[in-house]
Amino acid sequence: MSMDIPYTVGVRTDTGLNNGKLGIWLFLASEVMLFGSLFASYVMLRVGSTNWPAGATYLNIPLAAVNTVVLISSSVTMVLAWASLVRRDFGRFRLFLAVTILCGLVFLVIKYIEYSAKFHHEYFPSTNTFLAIYFTLTGLHGLHVIAGMAVNSWLWGPGSGMWKTDPVHFTNRVENAGLFWHLVDLVWIFLFPVLYLL
Amino acid sequence: MNDTHDHADLDRHVRAAMLVFGSLLVLTGFTVTAYFLHLPTRIAIAVALLIATVKGSLVAGWFMHLISEKRIIYWMLALTAAFFFPLLLFPTFNLLGAVRLH
Repeated sequence: MSMDIPYTVGVRTDTGLNNGKLGIWLFLASEVMLFGSLFASYVMLRVGSTNWPAGATYLNIPLAAVNTVVLISSSVTMVLAWASLVRRDFGRFRLFLAVTILCGLVFLVIKYIEYSAKFHHEYFPSTNTFLAIYFTLTGLHGLHVIAGMAVNSWLWGPGSGMWKTDPVHFTNRVENAGLFWHLVDLVWIFLFPVLYLL
Repeated sequence: MNDTHDHADLDRHVRAAMLVFGSLLVLTGFTVTAYFLHLPTRIAIAVALLIATVKGSLVAGWFMHLISEKRIIYWMLALTAAFFFPLLLFPTFNLLGAVRLH
């Protein structure tokens, strides 16, 4: 005997939302606190330091600027992927989601180039406090990019079968995956100036 | 955004998303330009964080649909903010107090 999970498509009368959307927002709130604690650590380390290096001393600003553009672009293609589903255009959905995943991959490749250069110059998290917080913040952010890509890849591939059986539920899933992806973009928007430019 | 959409609303939403995209690119340009102006540290921090806040608000408002969300999400985020900002500020106050003691 199977039991359906309630309110995956329809909205609850008490919240006005389906449960998936309420769940993803609760998760995003916890993510804000996770990154918030690390930003607080950055502020404490920086204010307490007598000699804080400029980001450009160690970091590559042009590469990070390109990565910012790549991530912003991926957020737009994520919106377009979701909008394509609402318009019942599954082909364009797959195209835009593929571009989103590709942008995530480009971001990670650029990050790999950046990290490789640091390790080549023997800059490690143990080198100094600035590099420790840099690797922690960008490493955690990178893990979120990988997680977002994994979810988007599943929705592009095996998970997309739901489009045929329950299109509204599938559209809600894509919207929720998009909310996570936009948060990843949002975090980078603050990481870029804080770590690289200040 | 609500769970039901008509196409006119969706077209407006997509147009707004494209405008936001253009604005984010321009603001990223401003951020990098401000860095190369070599402003005094305090002003540079204020300018960079101001631009980042505007960019973040655009992403949250339009890409994440927060301009037209349900009240329960606003309350949830207000509660998050009530913990987030003290989390950011308390260590700073603590350190400033420590500096005064010395």
